[in-house]
Amino acid sequence: MADGTVLVPPRILELRQNILKKNDLLARDLRQRFAEAGVYVLNLVSGPGAGKTRLLQRTLTELAPEFHMATLVGDLATQNDARRLQESGTTVRQIETGTLCHLEAEMVASYVQDWNLAEIDLLFIENVGNLVCPSSYDLGEDGRVVLFSTTDGEDKPLKYPTLINSADLAIISKLDLAEAAEFDHAAMHRALREMRPDIKILELSAKTGEGLEAWYSHLRSSIEAKKEASHVSGNPR
Amino acid sequence: MHELSVASDLLELVQAELKGQEVQVESIHLKLGVLAGVVKEALEFSFEVVTQRTELAGAKLLIEDVPLGIYCLNCKAEKVLEGVQSLRCPECGQLSGDIRQGKELELVTLAVRDLERQEVYG
Repeated sequence: MADGTVLVPPRILELRQNILKKNDLLARDLRQRFAEAGVYVLNLVSGPGAGKTRLLQRTLTELAPEFHMATLVGDLATQNDARRLQESGTTVRQIETGTLCHLEAEMVASYVQDWNLAEIDLLFIENVGNLVCPSSYDLGEDGRVVLFSTTDGEDKPLKYPTLINSADLAIISKLDLAEAAEFDHAAMHRALREMRPDIKILELSAKTGEGLEAWYSHLRSSIEAKKEASHVSGNPR
Repeated sequence: MHELSVASDLLELVQAELKGQEVQVESIHLKLGVLAGVVKEALEFSFEVVTQRTELAGAKLLIEDVPLGIYCLNCKAEKVLEGVQSLRCPECGQLSGDIRQGKELELVTLAVRDLERQEVYG
């Protein structure tokens, strides 16, 4: 160099860390707490208007005699969904995210903080209506459920591969509208399996009740399995 | 648009790593899988926004795209895929649920300069 300075190459610090580490660690803590308490937790994700709230409304009402259920419902604004769900008589809490397009583990942790988890069999987390952002955030759930309705295009799953790939169960809702919408069942199933070959698929209508029994029996056996596991690992409720 | 949240988390992560060190961050190397659900341009823009008026302002964000990779049971080999619409092996067409790469959202390295040394040479 003309002025006699030496260009020192920068030091390289190897970090290799997941950028969402903070969320992942919180989610791990939550999962541990849910496991100890034997609560089965489902994270429901869909675009706006696919029928998450309608399905939950009916599920909460019809399973209320069997299980203690609680719901966290995320929306950018309003308490409307919580009000609708509260009609079931179960515990419901609205998380208003403001401008945030997804729920994070930290919010779930703070909203369940004063709950006695051991009294809850099943916790639904109804995520903000969005098919993109919620996919990256683990909430400590046991299963992630993605909802599409028969009025969505059959190729919609192909447009949201990240979410599909992170889901354990796909629910195709509004079965009562399938005929009017000329819904192609096989094409939707194919699209889902391209990105998640072993995904479980249920078709139902929260309006007519068609297909609900399979959904309920899925919930019953999952709750049962979760309780078994919590007893086995020596965590009495 | 959760890239803003991701960028904030990245900023916090780097700040925590460098706590107590007198360094200037020159560049930040990330790995971003095509299936991470993060839009590269939105992340770059968000990073610029969240680092304004912080010690990371002006640090370069180097993002390495990672394509989707699966393990094909049929071919008994790892295969790199072109798109994100299918997990089929490009060779034999077999579907695979065994993803080996493409979900990364990872802070890999930081390139830093020690501030004191810079003053001496500067």
